[in-house]
Amino acid sequence: MKLTTALLGKTFQFKSLKEVMAKANEEKSGDQLAGIAAEDAKERMAAKLVLADLKLADIRDNPLLPPETDEVSRVIEETVNEKIYGEIRRWTVAELREYLLQQTTGNDEICRISRGLTSEMVAAVAKLMSNLDLVQAASKMEVTSHCNITIGQRGVLAGRAQPNHPTDSIQGMKASLFEALSYGIGDAVLGINPVIDSAESVKQLLNATKEVMDQWRIPTQNCVLAHIKTQMKAIRQGAPADMVFQSLAGTADGNKGFGIDIALLDEADELIRREGTGTGPNLWYFETGQGSELSAEAHHGIDQVTLESRCYGLARKYKPFIVNTVVGFIGPEYLYDSKQVIRAGLEDHFMGKLQQLPMGVDVCYTNHMKADQNDMDNLAVLLAAAGVNYIIGVPMADDCMLNYQSTSYHDIATLRETMRLRPAPDFERWLEEMGIMANGRLTPAAGDPTLFM
Amino acid sequence: MERTISLERLVDGVLTELEKRIAAAASPGGDEAGGMPLAPVDLFGPAASRVPDPKWEEGVNELIAATPARIGVWRAGTRPLTREMLKFRCDHAAAVDSIYGQVSPAILEQYGLFTVETRYENTENYLKRPDMGRIVTDEGVEKIRSACRMNAQVQIVVSDGLSASAVDANLRDVYPALLDSLKAYGLSAGTPFFVRGGRVAVMDHIGDILQPEVFVLLIGERPGLVSSKSMSAYMCYRPRKGTVESDRTVISNIHQGGTPPLEAGAHIGTVVKKMLEQRTSGVNLDL
Repeated sequence: MKLTTALLGKTFQFKSLKEVMAKANEEKSGDQLAGIAAEDAKERMAAKLVLADLKLADIRDNPLLPPETDEVSRVIEETVNEKIYGEIRRWTVAELREYLLQQTTGNDEICRISRGLTSEMVAAVAKLMSNLDLVQAASKMEVTSHCNITIGQRGVLAGRAQPNHPTDSIQGMKASLFEALSYGIGDAVLGINPVIDSAESVKQLLNATKEVMDQWRIPTQNCVLAHIKTQMKAIRQGAPADMVFQSLAGTADGNKGFGIDIALLDEADELIRREGTGTGPNLWYFETGQGSELSAEAHHGIDQVTLESRCYGLARKYKPFIVNTVVGFIGPEYLYDSKQVIRAGLEDHFMGKLQQLPMGVDVCYTNHMKADQNDMDNLAVLLAAAGVNYIIGVPMADDCMLNYQSTSYHDIATLRETMRLRPAPDFERWLEEMGIMANGRLTPAAGDPTLFM
Repeated sequence: MERTISLERLVDGVLTELEKRIAAAASPGGDEAGGMPLAPVDLFGPAASRVPDPKWEEGVNELIAATPARIGVWRAGTRPLTREMLKFRCDHAAAVDSIYGQVSPAILEQYGLFTVETRYENTENYLKRPDMGRIVTDEGVEKIRSACRMNAQVQIVVSDGLSASAVDANLRDVYPALLDSLKAYGLSAGTPFFVRGGRVAVMDHIGDILQPEVFVLLIGERPGLVSSKSMSAYMCYRPRKGTVESDRTVISNIHQGGTPPLEAGAHIGTVVKKMLEQRTSGVNLDL
């Protein structure tokens, strides 16, 4: 493994693959906080040059976190198809990038080689790609999934209705939900972040969303994003959950910080298959986001792009219905400004899709980040062009419970109209029956939440 | 028994003060005696339906009343109406300005708070390097050593944190109410001061220097769109280097419209008293 390069009259010698991977990243405040980022622009380029010439086998043979000590590494290793890996192991990372971008490489070809890739190889190639590379390569990949309905088809942009309320008021939640539905939002999931992480609260919210779905015969799925243990308790008490949710980290220690491990995820998987209300086969909802391992001091000196990719390697094991990175939620010490958030959003979407995940993105920011709603407009358009499966719908983009800004019901409706995208087919048929949508456009009745009263 | 009587007096005091303020707020002239102009009426007023021809007219208002979320806002094509869009941007502007703002020197002077800085250097670095906001500069350490009483029973420190306007908006209520409350319990406070560019764990560094029994840090919270002026009180029994987050007790969301600042001040005193009695804080404290 060659870790040396000469650039602009200077020789750069890196000590390890871990160092090359970190320094090859585009600038991120989180890598700087961890003390592993490139010193300057030249060193960043030197790392990219070294990485470009590494072989995929170099990456696999030099694990950043050995499978013997980390169960996430074990899951990633176990999913590799050895025959396909054998065909591409001598490729350099540069060659992998070019293969993905070839006009003769389509969805089927990418789908096949993806089975021979590890999460670290996926992260490595993302580091060599420009923003437009990430958009184009991702746009080739179609990953569909089915819980109660199918989403992810080419030309479909779904939306999560996120009708959160600061005290979990059922009436308040329903008010925001009715508004969402009236704008044609809610095909990805009716998904609520509860304030109170108790089985009782989860049960009430699941019951309430299920009642709305039943009353108006809405073809979608519900989920309450409490801790997995709380959801399991609620399901065992008879709560109607179509899916289970959990936040993931890219290391076993990071997951410990979330209060989970693979044994627990396996147990939840079995439970939702036995006692969930969803049709399946895809019955999971995962959220991730660059920086969560560092914030839990569980990063092992690995950069945040690679760790994020490892989250996807873990998520893949459970064949989820939806996965989204909550890209700008974590704060400026990990992603400082809009440039870093936009980059991370495109990286995460690409890396997830390349691991065959039905990727959505929570295009978002907090108020102490150097970003505003215009930046979210930009990232949402880029992701729509990249073929993102869904984005988040919050009333006027302002989540009054989580205190951050995301994308709005209006934004999803606008992206559909301007980018010629449609809701999920089953959901669109329902919107037509309700008189909210006709010929792929909102009708004059749309935007009236009292349609559901 | 004595304490009970003092507490009742304290509550009475708080209620009287509240009544005075409510009366002052109701009078159109405002509280001129204190030289504090009242906040102007919100330009946008309370949330109201913008849906032009709803299926059920009263229903829209019922929904709007059920949540602080921005609903019933209607649309221009698929985009928000101009006024709703500008209202959102105004709220964001207030939030951003509170991060990049400075605490008013007058308020620090009023309560005799001298200023020390952390190693944050500037706001950009403060946001990127939370670790630097946890350490007071060498100069600041000297200042603290020379100005402050060691081993205080209760050490109060104020910091801008992520919202300078939280200090401006709430300190005049929280701080005197807290001092009254401590007095009522017969507790003594050390020398208070202000930390510019502080993070919550700066209390560990200061705790090492001054060795107080209980630490109270009044600090500006990360601003939201609902309020950019929200303050938190972080309290800890004997904070020192290595203190973990679960050892801290917090009262958050202190602002008009959240936890009322006067009540918060009185409540902090009660929590401090329990920490001293139980010699612990955070998850181990029985409140």
